[in-house]
Amino acid sequence: MNFIEARKLVHEYIRRDEEGNVESIQTALDHVDIDVKPGEFVAVLGHNGSGKSTFAKHLNVLLVPTEGTLWVDGKDVTEEENLWDIRKNAGMVFQNPDNQIIASVVEEDVGFGPENIGIPTEEILKRVDKSLKSVGMLEYREHSPNKLSGGQKQRVAIAGVMAMEPKCIVLDEPTAMLDPNGRKEVLDAVERLNQEKGVTIILITHYMEEVVRADRVYVMDQGKVVMEGTPREVFSQVDTLKKYRLDVPQITLLAHELRQAGMAVPKGILTRQELVEALCQ
Amino acid sequence: MSMILDKVDYKYSPGTAYEKHALREVSLKIEDGQFIGVIGHTGSGKSTLIQHLNGLMKATSGAIYYNGEDIYDKDYDLRKLRQKVGLVFQYPEHQLFETTIFKDVCFGPKNKGLSQKDAELKAFEALRAVGLPENLWYQSPFELSGGQKRRVAIAGVLAMKPEMLILDEPTAGLDPKGRDEILDQVAKMHREWKMTVILVSHSMEDVANYVERLIVMNRGKVMLDGTPREVFAHYKELEEVGLSAPQVTYLMHELRRKGLSVDVNATTLEEAKDSILKTFGAK
Repeated sequence: MNFIEARKLVHEYIRRDEEGNVESIQTALDHVDIDVKPGEFVAVLGHNGSGKSTFAKHLNVLLVPTEGTLWVDGKDVTEEENLWDIRKNAGMVFQNPDNQIIASVVEEDVGFGPENIGIPTEEILKRVDKSLKSVGMLEYREHSPNKLSGGQKQRVAIAGVMAMEPKCIVLDEPTAMLDPNGRKEVLDAVERLNQEKGVTIILITHYMEEVVRADRVYVMDQGKVVMEGTPREVFSQVDTLKKYRLDVPQITLLAHELRQAGMAVPKGILTRQELVEALCQ
Repeated sequence: MSMILDKVDYKYSPGTAYEKHALREVSLKIEDGQFIGVIGHTGSGKSTLIQHLNGLMKATSGAIYYNGEDIYDKDYDLRKLRQKVGLVFQYPEHQLFETTIFKDVCFGPKNKGLSQKDAELKAFEALRAVGLPENLWYQSPFELSGGQKRRVAIAGVLAMKPEMLILDEPTAGLDPKGRDEILDQVAKMHREWKMTVILVSHSMEDVANYVERLIVMNRGKVMLDGTPREVFAHYKELEEVGLSAPQVTYLMHELRRKGLSVDVNATTLEEAKDSILKTFGAK
């Protein structure tokens, strides 16, 4: 069974004037089919305004479909009685860590979610420990969040989601506001959660380098899914990606240009290591 | 015409328990018309540094001279300096506020005391320079995409006709195409308006592609200062302070270790490609 199953998902943003008449309709999702298996690491790529964040917000029912169906963990998102189950099982992490942290001590922030759903105190403490450890932030449990770096704050936000013990984490451009170090910290933490805890990951991003680690990639453009495959399959189509206003990792682009200049470099090179090997044969 | 920083030192909350030494005796000379990149990890002092350049922050000690004049002199008009040195903050689109794009861009020049007509001329020129399609000019700025909003915000600073333009991470959060468009426009304005440009960035690839001089900040000091090729040759030291070189530079080093005689100082895709093709062509 798929953990996430979107069938012909449509979402329209409808703008109304003061009298409530429809002023304009913008189709943000246009018959989207996306499947994610339990434990998979899936990346969704697309330029600003391609519909990827709108899709992400459907996954924990911050938005509901205008048309089509979406099942999360076998539950239909349009049925209201499923709402809390889905939100518990699909945690969200947003772009700006400062907007997601609410408490004045790291451990209180992480414990807020479980406390809110009535978990006993002892169990909360265990969960806080476990979640902070899983993102490598345990030693900061008694610190004030506002003294942390961007990458550290974002990891605390992820720990806060982990404390709810979700089956899936949806990250909507979690690294857009971080420096290269912070970006790496967050991605390493995400990858570890995926591999060690088997958490399903949906990563929304436009940093191509981050997508290399995913099992599968969906590319969105104008509300539609336009490409799907492993990172290697997707990145071997350099010219198509450019058409969708995306680009490929610098190394992949270099390999592509060397190939076009007539060198015997294979298609779909993703890492430096692969290119070095290809060139040194 | 240039800006000189002489032993500029800055402490946040001096004399208290929260004292933080953000700049440590920074001395720099910024020549007219240069395209400069500033890199450094979060907290290295780069934002503090650029806020000194237009007088938003005042050094705890040290001096800054703009075109030979001491900007801390009591007779010096800091308002004038701020009109000549334009600063575009991070996420500048959050500062848009007017009902139409055109009015928003007119705000700066009008505030400077220009007549309505002159302000409009300046706004016209600035919006042209950032390449915003004319059919959008009389719309609300809030209906634009992220990349377009950012261009409007940059136009707002350009309308002041600054001699020096400082951009603090102008491409953060933009998609690759939006990023290239903004940086290409900045490079074009640098060429055509002969403007000094200072670009603060987290992307090593971007600075390698665009700037002629690169300043690396670390712990409030200038750690390296030179052309991108010179700076990225120190890639090991850069890693120690949480930075890195462009991906292709690493590739070239790895190829060299495998015995290929490629140019290890290549910092852009073009340079790497040419060097690899030359090496293999010569074989």
